Amino acid sequence: MVEPAIAVSGVLKRYGDRVALRDVGFDAAAGELLAIIGPNGAGKTTLLSILAGALRPDAGRVSRPPGEIGWVPQQAALYRRLTVAENLRLFARLEKIADVEAAVEEMLATTALADRRDDQAGRLSGGNQQRINIAIGLLARPAVLLLDEPSSGLDPRQRERLWQFISGLAAAGTTVIFSTHNIQEAERYGDRLLVLADGERLFDGTATALRSEVERDSGAAAELDFEAAFVTFLHHRGH
Amino acid sequence: MNARWLLIKDLQILRRSPLLTALLVIYPALIGVLIGFAVSKGPDKPRVAFLNQVPADQRLQIGNQNFDVVGARNELFGRLNVVRVSSRDEAEKLVRSGDVLGALVLPPDLITKLRSAGLDQPSVEVLVNQEDPVKARLVDDRIRGLLTDANLRLSREFGSITLRYLGLLLRGGQFNLLGQTLNILGLERSSKILEAAKGELPKSSPQRAALDQVINFSNLARQNLSLADNLLASVAEPIKVHKTVLSGPTPALDTFAVGVAATLTLMFVTVLLVAGALALEHEENAFARLTRGLVRPTSLLGEKIVLGVIASTVVTLVMLAVLELFLSLHWSRAPLIILAIAAGGAAFGGLGAAIGAAAREVRASSLLAFMIALPVAFLSLIPSGSVGADLLHAIRAIAAVFPFRATLEAITAGLDPRAPSLPAPLLHLALLTAGYLLLARLALRRFH
Repeated sequence: MVEPAIAVSGVLKRYGDRVALRDVGFDAAAGELLAIIGPNGAGKTTLLSILAGALRPDAGRVSRPPGEIGWVPQQAALYRRLTVAENLRLFARLEKIADVEAAVEEMLATTALADRRDDQAGRLSGGNQQRINIAIGLLARPAVLLLDEPSSGLDPRQRERLWQFISGLAAAGTTVIFSTHNIQEAERYGDRLLVLADGERLFDGTATALRSEVERDSGAAAELDFEAAFVTFLHHRGH
Repeated sequence: MNARWLLIKDLQILRRSPLLTALLVIYPALIGVLIGFAVSKGPDKPRVAFLNQVPADQRLQIGNQNFDVVGARNELFGRLNVVRVSSRDEAEKLVRSGDVLGALVLPPDLITKLRSAGLDQPSVEVLVNQEDPVKARLVDDRIRGLLTDANLRLSREFGSITLRYLGLLLRGGQFNLLGQTLNILGLERSSKILEAAKGELPKSSPQRAALDQVINFSNLARQNLSLADNLLASVAEPIKVHKTVLSGPTPALDTFAVGVAATLTLMFVTVLLVAGALALEHEENAFARLTRGLVRPTSLLGEKIVLGVIASTVVTLVMLAVLELFLSLHWSRAPLIILAIAAGGAAFGGLGAAIGAAAREVRASSLLAFMIALPVAFLSLIPSGSVGADLLHAIRAIAAVFPFRATLEAITAGLDPRAPSLPAPLLHLALLTAGYLLLARLALRRFH
């Protein structure tokens, strides 16, 4: 049996009396694209923040330490008054990468931002800022990359280029776990879907398997698009 | 030490903000120039219009001596910036327009009334424009002080003449009256003459008892008039001031003014910079990325405080260098001055970090920093005796938990060897820095 790139079990997170995550677990293989979907407040960002080590869970276990996991938060986490290259150089130094300049050049090439290297990050478009955001997450060449709503705020052309880039990473062996509100995007790019609602895991499987469940429950999935099928799925489970 | 990369990053960001960088250089230089001018020039003499209506040929004679009008006038003019006017209307116009603080009018009959020695009390007229309460208080204090001095001067002159007359009564001598020289016998010689006359009378003479009464009266009068010297001196100046300083050594006023300016500059630069830099980590969404293993939150706080210490040291030294153009500072004490600035910078940096962590946004942190720093500076400068004891204790307690007063004490101790010693404020600042770090660390929990 192939060892998963990351295994998560029994994760529990409370904010006061409210339970944000309840006994959530899953695993993901190397090179797999796992989409985490669910309605607002489902616990998607909380789960990714716990995997990234930015939040501490009240219970549960993550097989990899945060240092081995790349994290790209929903809002671009970079310094807008620094240039593209300075941002990458700073985080490469903080990650204690041996050859900082080589890592910076590699990320500039990977994100196709070499010609904007000396531009201040704050003067770039939202899409280009998101590419730097992802590049910073990739600097340490993590085996697992977490992306929180990576395409939010991007126009269709920027989204397309972003997903090409992410698919390329997965094809090269990086496990990519991303959250999204865009159900079509999850169906299109996710190898597997993890559905969360009110902090509970409702489903873990492929988009085809989710359709099958909806069809079995309601008998109406064939003619529905995937977003409608997903809403029906949630409705049948009381959400 | 990952924190050093963050420090370099913050300095890069600072360099990228030309307005902020310019302010950090221009602000202390400007404050230095202003304080330098203010301290080196000293307080201006109040501008007062002066109308002398006393006829030019009138002289004030007290006894047989001319009163030193020139000396009195020079003393008055030395303490005032006198604008001579030729009429009361002109004086009134200058006062109304605010060109002068007030006007002093000497009436034509001033000398005549002074000559009457109390039979008709002389007065001078003062015109003031009390358009605001602060100015009114200032004018009142200045004029009251001047008139008190003038009255004291006249009292001394009258007293000295009176003492001369008493001397004549006691010891006798010559006295000039309307060009004629009179010989005054005096009580001492009168007693001797009476004693001699009594000795020549027969012991059974009934006139001896009458002479004894006169001799006793003469002796009693002589003894009591001998005490008049001290009594008259007391009447001229009933209370003398003997000043005893109980609060230990105090720095020179110039040093204190420089210390206040340096502390204010240091406070605003450090608190605003550190609070803003820390809040920026939250606004840029970088905090969570940094603290997931790259930098510990305490190291991040330490880095911001170091940033504050560097900025405050540079800015305060720029200000002191500008002040050197106006004043002579003790640069041989530079290590102590830098130590004091660094300690103050660390404490204000800690306060800035606590504010930045609590506010989480750059604008909110700037506003909060101003709202806290200004009243604290004001409270810390309230001197004892100006408010009630209970209120003063409360103010001192509040001021003690902020770094302003301790930084002011440390900087003045660094600048001036006569100021109280440096270790106590340094220890105070170290404790405050640790306390603020703890508060900031707790507040950082809200950053997630």
